[in-house]
Amino acid sequence: MNLEDIMQAPAPASEWVLERDCEESGLEPQAVREEMRRRITEMRDSVERGLKNDAKSITGMVGWNAKGLWDAPDTLNAPLLVRVQAYAMAVNEENARMGRIVAAPTAGSAGTVPGALLGVADHLGIEDDQLVGPLILAAGIGKAISKKMFISGAAGGCQAEIGSSAAMAAAAVTELMGGSPRAAVHAAALALTNTIGLVCDPVGGYVEVPCVSRNAFYAVHAVSAAQLALANLESFIPPDEVVTAMAEVGRMMPPALRETAEGGLAQTPTGRQIMERMESGEMDPLPLIQ
Amino acid sequence: MTLLDMVGPVMVGPSSSHTAGACRIGLAAHHLLGEAPRHAEIGLHASFAKTGRGHGTHFALVAGLLGYAPDDPRLPDSFGHARAAGLSFDFEHIELADVHPNTARIRLRGDSSSIELIASSTGGGVIVVSSINGSAVSISAAYPTLVLQYADRPGILARITTAIAAEEINIATLSCTRDRRGGSALVAIEMDGPGVHPGVLETFLRYPSMQWVQLMPKLMDG
Repeated sequence: MNLEDIMQAPAPASEWVLERDCEESGLEPQAVREEMRRRITEMRDSVERGLKNDAKSITGMVGWNAKGLWDAPDTLNAPLLVRVQAYAMAVNEENARMGRIVAAPTAGSAGTVPGALLGVADHLGIEDDQLVGPLILAAGIGKAISKKMFISGAAGGCQAEIGSSAAMAAAAVTELMGGSPRAAVHAAALALTNTIGLVCDPVGGYVEVPCVSRNAFYAVHAVSAAQLALANLESFIPPDEVVTAMAEVGRMMPPALRETAEGGLAQTPTGRQIMERMESGEMDPLPLIQ
Repeated sequence: MTLLDMVGPVMVGPSSSHTAGACRIGLAAHHLLGEAPRHAEIGLHASFAKTGRGHGTHFALVAGLLGYAPDDPRLPDSFGHARAAGLSFDFEHIELADVHPNTARIRLRGDSSSIELIASSTGGGVIVVSSINGSAVSISAAYPTLVLQYADRPGILARITTAIAAEEINIATLSCTRDRRGGSALVAIEMDGPGVHPGVLETFLRYPSMQWVQLMPKLMDG
């Protein structure tokens, strides 16, 4: 199942994706729907914990961003923007505190899908039961991407993680708002197109900086892609070709920019300082290990 | 990989590859040992060695060895739980050839047996076990998997597959390797559905040349 197949599916695309996947796995469609419904509850739970909690992560680099934004005045009068950003960071700050989250597709990018999907749903007063289909489509988009590349920062840079999550979220929001399968897949392609080349350069090697703020940005990016696709704007490059291009860029990316903390933000003077403090034991989360 | 692996797993943070995947690698070792683990030598390769500390990889691997799933809230405190359970462990940095950057080698010992496995975490919590007791395998943990080691003799594989067929279980994948003709052979069989009844293991152990049998349950959500 590639993106072209999903694009040609009868509406809603999520039902078609679910049937194909269950034929392969032998799982019952209803069981998958129920499990996805449970995962929406898990996502909501992590959002709620994250919006209330401003305890620092193990390193102290993040922890207060979601609550800080949520409690701040909405100066730009953009409530959807605030909601999407705060939800996304809430999930990733819970993640950085070793809290319970739903990987989507990875833990480092776990804030994007709930940020965009729950953010839009709450902004418009849509019930959680209506989110099951869109979340299934999100998973189908992720699966189609994973056919062409490993979804991990170590293998393909951040584009593989946050790009995939943004594509998944963009398609989900598009289906939620009544967009066609074609529009949903083009939303995913537009999101990917504008993430290609993004490196994975976590400061100190932790899933904190820039991961937490990056989830806020790419949750908005996903909503933006959905907005374009819902207006029938399309990716000029066919969606599957975009995925191939991303995989190719991932292969060309030097290892220093693939989760090793040997390049980018991780190697700035401040990034190196964090690394030194970690190595000296001052910030070491694992004092028991010699 | 199914839809539930793409939006999922539900897990303790912070990294699907370095935390959830690492926990599943530990879990694979836990099930392959098949008894309470007493000591683990854990070798971390490349990215696991370099950035594991920042991702709770060590906690996650030990949690898996104790039998905890990736969403178990005890995961961050696994070192304390290991001490209480009588499991000791050492970590070292290792370099393996031609493997994924997120790879671990675990040598695990119980009271009566020991195993060695090499496994990689390839992203999103997905793992691949690439070696068991020195024999190359490719186990996804997406299926219940039978692993059998026996002295290389004619007809053993036929007896094993006949017994599986008798339970009306379909074999999804099967790999068989041996160290040399007439030496030690290792078979890994991934099965559709719930897999064979654990009672069948007793039957396999009665085959004359059988040395070791374990049943690893499905570790993925899908």
